[in-house]
Amino acid sequence: MTVLLAIVMAATLAVLAWVLVYVAAQGLKYLNLAFLTQTPPGNPAQPGGGFANGIVGSLIIVGLATLMSVPTGVTAAVAIVEYGGRFAAATSFVTDVLVGIPSIVTGAFVYALWVTTFGFSGLAGSIALALVMLPLIIRTTAEMLRLVPVALREASAALGVSRARTIVSVVLPSAMAGITTGVMLAVARAMGETAPLLLTALGNDLFMETNPTQRMSTLSLQIFGNAVTGFQAAQGRAWAGALTLILIVLVLTIAARLIGRRVAAARS
Amino acid sequence: MTAPVTTPAAATGAGQLRRRRGYGDRMFRAAVFAAAGIVLLVLLGTGLFLAKEAWPALRHYGPLSFITSDRWAPSNATATGTHPNPYGILQFVYGTVLTSLIGMVIAVPVAVAVALFITDVAPSWLRRPLSYLVDLLAAIPSVVYGFWGIFALIPALYPIANFLISTLGNVPGIGIVFAGPFFGVSYFTAGIVLSIMVLPIVTAICREVFATAPADEKEAALALGTTRWEMLRMAVLPRSRSGITGAAILGLGRAIGETIAVTMVIGNSVLAISTSIFAQGATMASVIANEFTEATEPFHLPSLFVVAFWLLIISLIVNAAGKLVVRRARSDIA
Repeated sequence: MTVLLAIVMAATLAVLAWVLVYVAAQGLKYLNLAFLTQTPPGNPAQPGGGFANGIVGSLIIVGLATLMSVPTGVTAAVAIVEYGGRFAAATSFVTDVLVGIPSIVTGAFVYALWVTTFGFSGLAGSIALALVMLPLIIRTTAEMLRLVPVALREASAALGVSRARTIVSVVLPSAMAGITTGVMLAVARAMGETAPLLLTALGNDLFMETNPTQRMSTLSLQIFGNAVTGFQAAQGRAWAGALTLILIVLVLTIAARLIGRRVAAARS
Repeated sequence: MTAPVTTPAAATGAGQLRRRRGYGDRMFRAAVFAAAGIVLLVLLGTGLFLAKEAWPALRHYGPLSFITSDRWAPSNATATGTHPNPYGILQFVYGTVLTSLIGMVIAVPVAVAVALFITDVAPSWLRRPLSYLVDLLAAIPSVVYGFWGIFALIPALYPIANFLISTLGNVPGIGIVFAGPFFGVSYFTAGIVLSIMVLPIVTAICREVFATAPADEKEAALALGTTRWEMLRMAVLPRSRSGITGAAILGLGRAIGETIAVTMVIGNSVLAISTSIFAQGATMASVIANEFTEATEPFHLPSLFVVAFWLLIISLIVNAAGKLVVRRARSDIA
């Protein structure tokens, strides 16, 4: 019977290997320097070109989303852990709820909130991604803050340090590595998001756009758009894009885990 | 000397030191609670804005007609006609339920098996690597799963699907559910992709649940001479039932909201409900993603917001229920 469990485990790992190896095999056929530095050709049936506009767009949109969500998220986590009370408990509950909201619903919300007034733009996409990242950052930051020893805070209070100063100078730096881990994982998640961006940034497959107030493409949107065409050349670019995206996400995820493990080891 | 048990909030704040709260402290506190307030506003805002965008369609057709109408045919919509409602959403609810069900039926047993293996069968040095690898399944972006699903999974599914069609498809009664033909994209394919995507979450929660099973009961079972599997069946699984249920519900919540991978492999046929799992269809999430940017018919976009609103409500209920069950299971075990 335990053999059956082992077989199921092996099958699960085999599926993981299948996905990764298949994407790598297909992607390597089309991944080259030109892919990373050029925009797609005007005619989708034409081979060559690349997803440079998507990669740049992803960096800009996810970068803006991180700038929006990290300060808000860390501060909200401070409210939950350091201040407590009923309001903070409600925030903690709502954060847990927000984690489960489908990202397409978040995209529809940002559409209703922002795009109807200001139009499709990279900025709208950033807002949507920030809303997706926010509950994740709050949750991991709160966990990390709870791990900081209470004695540290008490010692700081005993020295007469104000509460704000204690949190900023003692507690947060102590939890910084763990918070960084959480942020990296949230960034990895945001890089892979496609659905909310369909409704907010809309995508721009034709040329490089670096102004966030205009429609922008991201790597995920370009993969999606090119994968579902019937053109072999476009699908080839999509495979290279998929490989690039998986590599970025895996590097972020594994780096975050390694940092997280070092934090846990240093603590114990 | 014993350390007093205090919470972080008590340690930094409600001090024994009677001190006038400084100006910096007050501003900091205001900023902190403002950030918390933003979180609450986001949830409220999502519900409100979705309802606001959906309102024109709800007012024009009446809310009930969305589930009593039997087809989604935007081309039939006119600016003034109100009956029949061309935006019946029942087949999307059906698609969501069906694909999620297929996903859970596959994912839950596999997740339980994998979690059991990791916590109780594998040697302890293998535990962390195996957990990392299973969690890696969750890191792969949805669009990559969809892409892989089209080109790698579907060709592999053809023999399985055709086998099921030729055997179960001919059984009277349930044969309708397994009727062919199979064109690759289908509810079935979407369900399989969903099961892979949902597996890491269910496994992670099950792993936690199994890890908290008391060691002395397991050792007692082994001391009585049971095999490893009998020990698991006697000492671990029975007390973990509600935990597994909670994990399944949370996985279901994730499956309901999955959009891009599903829309790439489900075929996006929106007209009406198809009874076979090998037919093409759509889910609530996939129809929103598919039709949003081309919704030019009268009341098309508001009707998509009706779908989005109901998706929000359903996922909130499922996730809240899952959290409740898992929390109660944790307090039962510990």
